[in-house]
Amino acid sequence: MSAFLTSIGYQHWVLPALLVIPLAGALVIWVHGAVTRPRCAPGGDEVATGVAAAPRGWALATFAIEFVVSLGLWWSFDPGNTGWQSVVDWSWIPMWGIRFTLGIDGIAVMMVLLTTLIMLLAVGGSWTSIRARTHSYYALLLVLTAGMLGVFLALDLFLFYVMWEVMLVPMYFIIGIWGGERRIYASLKFFLYTMVGSMLMLAAIVYLGLAARDPATGLPNFNYDWILQHALVGSTTAKWLFGAFFLAFAVKVPMFPFHTWLPDAHVEAPTAGSVVLASIMLKLGTFGFIRLAVPLFPAAAMSPTIRSIILLLAVIGIVYGALVSLVQPDFKKLVAYSSVSHLGFVMLGIFALTVQSVQGALMVMINHGISTGALFFLIGMIYERRHTRLIDDYGGIARVVPMFAAMLTIVTFSSIGVPGTNGFVGEFLVLIGSFRTEPVFALVATTVVIISAAYLLWAIQRILFNSLDKPENEHVPDLNKRELAVLIPLVACIVWLGVYPAPVLRRMEGAATKFVSQVDARRDAMVTADAQSAPEVQP
Amino acid sequence: MITTLDVTVPAQLTLALVPDLVLMGGAMILLVWSALRPESDAHQRSVGVASIILAGITMVLVLAWANRYDAGPGPIAVDNFRWLVDIIVLLGTVFAIALSMDDNMRNGIRAAESHVLILLASSGMMLLAGARDLIIVFLGIELMSVAVYALAGLNRRSERSAEGALKYFLLGAFSTAFLLYGIALVYGATGTTNLQLIGGRVAMFALAGSPLLVAGVALMLIGFGFKVALVPFHMWAPDVYDGAPSAVTAYMAASVKAAAFAAFIRVWLEAFPYSYSAWHGALAGLAIITMIVGNAIGLQQRNIKRLLAYSSIAHAGYLMVAIAAASFQGSSAMLFYLLVYTLATFGAFAVVVALTRDGQEAVMIEDLTGLWSVRPWLAFAMAVLMLALLGFPIFGGAGFFAKWYVLEAALQAPVPQTTLAIVLVLTTVVSAGYYLYVVMVMFMRARPDGMPAPERAGGLTRMVLAITVVLILVLGVVPNGVANLARAGRPRIDVDPTLTTLPRRISTAPPDTAPRVADARAAEPNR
Repeated sequence: MSAFLTSIGYQHWVLPALLVIPLAGALVIWVHGAVTRPRCAPGGDEVATGVAAAPRGWALATFAIEFVVSLGLWWSFDPGNTGWQSVVDWSWIPMWGIRFTLGIDGIAVMMVLLTTLIMLLAVGGSWTSIRARTHSYYALLLVLTAGMLGVFLALDLFLFYVMWEVMLVPMYFIIGIWGGERRIYASLKFFLYTMVGSMLMLAAIVYLGLAARDPATGLPNFNYDWILQHALVGSTTAKWLFGAFFLAFAVKVPMFPFHTWLPDAHVEAPTAGSVVLASIMLKLGTFGFIRLAVPLFPAAAMSPTIRSIILLLAVIGIVYGALVSLVQPDFKKLVAYSSVSHLGFVMLGIFALTVQSVQGALMVMINHGISTGALFFLIGMIYERRHTRLIDDYGGIARVVPMFAAMLTIVTFSSIGVPGTNGFVGEFLVLIGSFRTEPVFALVATTVVIISAAYLLWAIQRILFNSLDKPENEHVPDLNKRELAVLIPLVACIVWLGVYPAPVLRRMEGAATKFVSQVDARRDAMVTADAQSAPEVQP
Repeated sequence: MITTLDVTVPAQLTLALVPDLVLMGGAMILLVWSALRPESDAHQRSVGVASIILAGITMVLVLAWANRYDAGPGPIAVDNFRWLVDIIVLLGTVFAIALSMDDNMRNGIRAAESHVLILLASSGMMLLAGARDLIIVFLGIELMSVAVYALAGLNRRSERSAEGALKYFLLGAFSTAFLLYGIALVYGATGTTNLQLIGGRVAMFALAGSPLLVAGVALMLIGFGFKVALVPFHMWAPDVYDGAPSAVTAYMAASVKAAAFAAFIRVWLEAFPYSYSAWHGALAGLAIITMIVGNAIGLQQRNIKRLLAYSSIAHAGYLMVAIAAASFQGSSAMLFYLLVYTLATFGAFAVVVALTRDGQEAVMIEDLTGLWSVRPWLAFAMAVLMLALLGFPIFGGAGFFAKWYVLEAALQAPVPQTTLAIVLVLTTVVSAGYYLYVVMVMFMRARPDGMPAPERAGGLTRMVLAITVVLILVLGVVPNGVANLARAGRPRIDVDPTLTTLPRRISTAPPDTAPRVADARAAEPNR
């Protein structure tokens, strides 16, 4: 396989291609929409009239191509090499020292594969649930994909910021136009929360680029590796800069006090929107911590005070998310809050800073993407049939929709972390890893695993297994082939990663080890430099 | 081959002013022509077309002169800064005339002189761009303002227009008095009105702390503050912007501001770099309250022209950050910003022109409800323009790079302006509240039944809209060329190179150590 990939020069074009394919697809759909628009009434049911056939077909084809292209990374990626792979480095705005640099490491490669898989399935999940303005919807979904992939691939901080913002607008429109009743409120809240953090991050990125400017030309330089080595800032400045990055990423994760946009956005978004938010966009926050915030400012991030505050917030998030989930009457909201809890595990794993815990955190990122994505798909499917998300409106439907019940049960087990599913692997690694450095926090987090079992099992008991007492539930059709096609790949991943996660772990191990050792080494170097009261370097 | 002119010689000074003179002379001829025939729509349009052609010719001359001439010290600058500001101003002039040709028809304004007034105001702006002497600055401001006072009251049938025009005139005259008094005091302190000589003498005689100079600088700051609508000197802006015809409002919000800012930064960079410590605090303070107040009040607006008025106040605040950087980086950033801001503002007002119905006093944001379903291209264009004013990457095109450049200039300044940079990014988030509100109304609310679709916009309006949106989007991906131009467009300052490390805090030296006047003369360049 890898010989074949080498023969077609895969390494040299794959990363730009991953960005270009969805944008080209979006353009085609958009132009098609602009040309044929007069033929359909605005806001009408385009699925029934057949107008939707072209955009969703195009979107499906584009995402399928995108997925197949990205799949090559699985083989072309060399786990033994901890540097950047498949790098492209083009000049973009030489005047401002900005370059178009893409590259992947073991973490990014998994995130890219997760993204392309979930997006492909998201088209299936939107197939009949998006009925109005389908051209715009699928075009935005494709642009959103380019933005998210760009964040994972960018090696230039400026490019990272641009991509970070680019994914915001499509999501804003997807929630705001195709969302539920309170969609306008939810979309604006989502946009503003994210923007507060990201604008401060922008200022911090400018500062870093200037701090790392080329002494010969005086041009700023935003290259990730270059900044890592050359941006010398004093320890106080570093704390402020870390604060700016922290805010941007903590909102996105979301960490405990910054999470309030999440339930609104997740609940109001259309099914595919919720899936993308939960499966990929939240991971961008934790990815930001791993890629930027922690490696750039190890001394600030890992200083005892800041670190314990973050760990505390992570653990509060774990406990709080689980407790709030316990009392939710709305199943979608329940899953939304469970995300707060799961992402708390990721943060715990990252800041516990052992190779195992970081690997566990990465696994939780992937697992949460798969299982929560699947949960949102399932909620969307049942919602299309019954138009309610309240747990109390269901009951005993396992007898009516056995396939749905089977799928929901498997996915729930994965989300709880039952051994044999993928969820177990990630959380277990995080807990083992963090127990070595942070036993108290790890202990608290462990108890929450029980609560998370409680809220999910209780919920599916009320939905699937109690008595079938509501007449309107008696004639709900079961999952059709399209819906099964969406869910089966996810269930397969759940089982595969639960039984044999080694291939994935092996690919991420190098990056995780590098992350931990690099952070440790740089922190020590900076602390020593600070102790010798090295003069603060002003940009 | 670049010829260096000596602008102290009248003939060569005339040569340096040829583009300005062509515009002025052409405007005079058009004025006579427009008065010769009775008022009619056809006449209005033909004068409009002639005016656009004249502005185009002037632009060609500017481009030719930019590659041909250069100049030493004197009352008029011949440098890239001037040429770039000229181009931005002329671009605005063409847009303004094009829009007002459509807008006049709709408002029943038949006075062909309106286009000539715009040309006359533009010649004042071009003078401002090249002014290197406080008297020329004053002349340019007056030439520009008097024409714009008349333009603001163009719609004689509208009470709001008359109210706005009177307000603008009174406050404008008031602010000019401040400026003039400031100029007088600066002259009193330094004995010259030439910007470079002022700068040189402030350094030479350590005048930075002189009360006379500080008072003069403060008064000039107030005068400019009125012209560019800084808080707390902004009170006139919303009423005037709301009352004037939309095309004129766009011209006031973009071009008048651009020219005033160009003169502002040139005066500050060339004449007052060594009084940095005297003005910096006040200027930074004005920038901060302008950004905060402009954006906060913008959130309350429901009339789209008033919303754009407050948005333009907020943008004046962002531009002040570039001045506060007190560096060439700052002036380059300002040029880039002014270009993008001009495009975005004219685009946004073109949308307002397109949406205005006959006899309608004001366009409310609610009139945009569900615009996407009836006029998708218009909604798309407006969304791009709003995101550009917000400063959002890719979707807002070059708007983001404008903010980026200002931010970079602020942080790269000799004295890094970190506080200003942070206020800038935070108030940008606040501004998202109203820019996104417009987007939300257009795309996310359903158009109410029975609400008529807007009429098809005039051809010129659509052309302006298309040009601005396309330029913004293209520059949002490939800004390098324009950024290079902006960097080349720094004011040329011919002072002693040892004095050009800007800014420098100068302590007031005791009088006996100051060099004698004769020595200072010797030190001044090319005198």
